[in-house]
Amino acid sequence: MSSESDGKFGDYGGQFVPEALMPAIEELTDAYERYVLDNEDGFVDEFRQRLGDFGGRPTPLQRADRLSERYDRDVYLKREDLLHGGAHKLNNALGQVLLAKYMGKDRIVAETGAGQHGTATAMAAAHLGMPCEIYMGRTDINRQRPNVFRMRIHDAEVNPVDVGSGTLKEAINATMRDWATNVEDTHYVIGSVVGPHPFPRMVRDFQSIISEEAREQIREQAGRLPDSVVACAGGGSNTMGAFHEFVGDEDVGLVAVEAGGSSLTIDEEEGLAPHSASLSVGEEGVLHGARTKLLQNPDGQILESHSVSAGLDYSGVGPELAHLADEGRVRPVNVDDDAALDAFHRLSTLEGIIPALESSHALGYLEENPEQLGDLVVVNVSGRGDKDLDTVIEESDRRDLDAAPSMEVFEGGE
Amino acid sequence: MASEPDPATESDIEEAFADEPALVSYVAVGDPDAESTKEYVRALVRGGADVVELGLPFSEPIAEGPTIQQAIRRALDAGMTPDRYFDLVADLSGDVDVPLVCMTYYNLIYQYGESEAGPEPFVEAAAEAGISGLIVPDLPVDESGPLKEACEAHGLDLVFIVAPTTTDDRLDRMLDRATGFVYVQGRLGTTGTRTDVSSETHVSLDRLADTKLPKAVGFGISEREHAREIVAGGADGVVVGSAFVDIIAEQSSAGSQTQSDDVAEQKNVADRLEAKARELKEGALAGWNEVPEPEGK
Ligand SMILES: Cc1ncc(COP(=O)(O)O)c(C=O)c1O
Repeated sequence: MSSESDGKFGDYGGQFVPEALMPAIEELTDAYERYVLDNEDGFVDEFRQRLGDFGGRPTPLQRADRLSERYDRDVYLKREDLLHGGAHKLNNALGQVLLAKYMGKDRIVAETGAGQHGTATAMAAAHLGMPCEIYMGRTDINRQRPNVFRMRIHDAEVNPVDVGSGTLKEAINATMRDWATNVEDTHYVIGSVVGPHPFPRMVRDFQSIISEEAREQIREQAGRLPDSVVACAGGGSNTMGAFHEFVGDEDVGLVAVEAGGSSLTIDEEEGLAPHSASLSVGEEGVLHGARTKLLQNPDGQILESHSVSAGLDYSGVGPELAHLADEGRVRPVNVDDDAALDAFHRLSTLEGIIPALESSHALGYLEENPEQLGDLVVVNVSGRGDKDLDTVIEESDRRDLDAAPSMEVFEGGE
Repeated sequence: MASEPDPATESDIEEAFADEPALVSYVAVGDPDAESTKEYVRALVRGGADVVELGLPFSEPIAEGPTIQQAIRRALDAGMTPDRYFDLVADLSGDVDVPLVCMTYYNLIYQYGESEAGPEPFVEAAAEAGISGLIVPDLPVDESGPLKEACEAHGLDLVFIVAPTTTDDRLDRMLDRATGFVYVQGRLGTTGTRTDVSSETHVSLDRLADTKLPKAVGFGISEREHAREIVAGGADGVVVGSAFVDIIAEQSSAGSQTQSDDVAEQKNVADRLEAKARELKEGALAGWNEVPEPEGK
């Protein structure tokens, strides 16, 4: 097992950041240990209370009757889409904004990809009365418009990032630069289990409420632990959240579903990987403060990733997931854009739940390989798909997907 | 670069600070192309640069402001790679007589070479090409063990950046490992030209007053007056990057029509870089003359 106290997971993790940030990271590590691990000043109690009252926890674990029938096994859905804000992201955002308050910080910055983390942070900041600025890549701003409106409605500043492909990687770079400039009064609410220690552990701890609940719920409802837990993985926060309490249960398979994008190839000339499968095909390297698995060329230049789902579109992955994958404890798999879109429509029509495109990857794996998952399966529905409707209608149309409903109702008219 | 490295004496980087305040100048290698970089480095040295920091471009330069981010982008788009970088350094180290320092991010160091990932192959290649030291902005002292070991094995200095936020405890740990010079980050934030000298600079210099290694201040210096004030305040040198990169950027954005235009433009930029280096060096010397003891320390 890895010793966690030095911020490493096996060889992964660490603290690869500019010196200017190191004192803040030491301060954060100290605050994490005191408030989050030792519940100093009742931090954890207040956090749990607010997750209930403000966030609406616990979220249900729901048996999906028609999926169960379709795949001839028991399929349960962990409904993080029902958490306030519509995704698991609030678990972490609320925890970190509250921690920033306990630390006496008076400004919040965060990056966002899909806009879900940005929205959750903006919400938590509004709830706790903290000013908040969100960095978001231009491409993501254009494909996740509803979330941009939501952040603005919560009075968060949204700073567009125009560099590179304008996605999550660039947004993280920009937020790190802001933090390095304003580190004395600002806390950086990182959005996944990535970045320098203590972020990967701390974010996991805030998110592990998912598996804490799910483990209890499945025992109550099915009378035993599941054969597998399936979750999508971008940076991997809903993934680690859904897995953490099961890691010690050796018979529970843990399946991390990455974005296969349009193909698992790499175009070195263009510096582009048309997927985001860093756990499956990435190589060890150092990005955004941690040693982990990355999409990079042989020189070590980071490749632009791609996924139809903005929240999975990232060239790195959390160091703990990289370690658990190496150890064989977590099985990394991937699902491509087409299969994720199909799964989006399937859950919407069969179960009356519109999943996020991110979560649709986990559901896509269930469709493609149900026999790999055993008789009792928990799928983490990390978020709801309202934010993705524009993308889904456009991308489904382009592909002429059978599963997609016709939108003819808009045509003709008066 | 002619002298043999002798581990018993001080490094050639330290020597560059020995007689008078040093101008440390930065360019992103390959911006806008490799040939121009060589021309520009020669010009900087003619203008008075005592140490040249050669930036090896990395796709995620989190410590840089917009000016250097764009320079790195131009260099990468023009095809700069670690191997091409070392070729260029080998050429340059033959014809300029100042120490060359490699500034880059850790992933490029870590990935270099065919063998198992680790910093040693990079450091070996850097030493062979004629690099005297390394600056790695995303490698804090806490993670620097393996790189420090490789640097010692190959006679390279490892330069650490002291930030305005650096605690005393961290400063001690850094000074234990630092060689070459101490890079004093003059203000919080990223690289980029500024119009004044931050009060944080003076605080940092005071904290380092008893440090034996030379101290050079960077982040935001762009004018003669800044260099003068900083050296008068106790620094042994100044580090200037964005002010040079700005001059190079104007050329790249001008977009010349013909090859003879290119040559003329390159010459024009080289002249301006030389003049800028001279201005900054003169500023540093003026500051030096204001320091009470004529020896400087
Ligand atoms: C609904 C949803 N699921 C999953 C993710 C991916 O993030 P992570 O891998 O950290 O859970 C996102 C990111 O924005 C998201 O919005």
